[in-house]
Amino acid sequence: MKEPNTASGNGGTDAGAETKGRWNPYLVGLGIGVLSWIAFGLVNQPLGISTALSSVSSVCALPVLGGEGVAQNPYWIKNPLKWDGGMLFLVGTFLGSLLSVLVSRTFRLEKVPVTWSRQFGPSTARRFAAAFIGGIIIMYGARMAGGCTSGHGISGSLQLALSSWTFFLTMFVAGIVTALILFPKRGSTTK
Amino acid sequence: MNFPVSAETARWLAIPMGILFGVLLHRGGVANYNVIVNQFRFKDFTVLKIMFTAIIVGGIGVLLLKTTGHAQYHIKPANMLGVSIGAALFGVGMVLYGYCPGTGVAAMATGSIHATIGFAGMLVGGVLYALSFSWVEAHIQKVASLGKVRLPDVTGVPDWGWFAILAVIAGVIFWQLETRFKAAAR
Repeated sequence: MKEPNTASGNGGTDAGAETKGRWNPYLVGLGIGVLSWIAFGLVNQPLGISTALSSVSSVCALPVLGGEGVAQNPYWIKNPLKWDGGMLFLVGTFLGSLLSVLVSRTFRLEKVPVTWSRQFGPSTARRFAAAFIGGIIIMYGARMAGGCTSGHGISGSLQLALSSWTFFLTMFVAGIVTALILFPKRGSTTK
Repeated sequence: MNFPVSAETARWLAIPMGILFGVLLHRGGVANYNVIVNQFRFKDFTVLKIMFTAIIVGGIGVLLLKTTGHAQYHIKPANMLGVSIGAALFGVGMVLYGYCPGTGVAAMATGSIHATIGFAGMLVGGVLYALSFSWVEAHIQKVASLGKVRLPDVTGVPDWGWFAILAVIAGVIFWQLETRFKAAAR
């Protein structure tokens, strides 16, 4: 990739260190679009994350349900943990981000992000609790909807699937409402 | 249908493709809590810029591949009730977590500890879905189940018409964001 090293001008309310090494968002979108061509034309599998991720969760269920319980669960029978393309893509996504953060020297331990702490204070426990509960809700929703921002939002929308555009629009509206409730002081907290 | 590479090669190609995806997510700035949450507060439009560009560029290319017989579609079924409830939960979870599943995985690699905590939450969410799967299949996924339909099927507007509409909408939004909106933000 040879995207120029331009930090996006309005990339976040917190300029400076956070935007270091950012590429132009349109070029990044172009890159993901071209990656989709390869996904469809070469490997015959659309880009997606949450299907593989939900099969990993079967490992977490082992201590609770036992091997038998997991083996008999109808969802994991349909979607078993295996090293298929989806799982390798998930691992690759982690490795790619790690590679990128090391090359751009932007690795930074973050417990409480600034947008959160401005509204809810510096409490680590509070942020961790919200992230954990948010993680539960987003994954349950992704599985019920049949995909996430990658599988539905990008791969499904680009195929003009009715399910995916329904997902995209509903997800955005629900997110906007949630943001209005969580961050009510719009426009007064920054600058 | 025949593809240029074997299934086994395709499986291993998923690793470099995933790496590229991870690099793009990180460099695009979306492996960042603030960028994601501020999209839903209309303070940062990085997510929309990336997604809309990817959908239009990807969609036109895949349409060409499909019409020339070089690709096939993978349409997720329009179980309208399940998709709607799931997407609504997804939106709530995305703002609370501050990431989506893919960007959360990418954010873990950047040092975000709360992304890792939320990743554990996602695994729990996966377990909860698996446990409730039979009930959800029987009572939710069969409601308003329209099958693997596409917008051209339900509207009669052809593929090219849809991409023309999307390109115009994206063009206007991007133009506004880069001119008027940007000037107002300064």
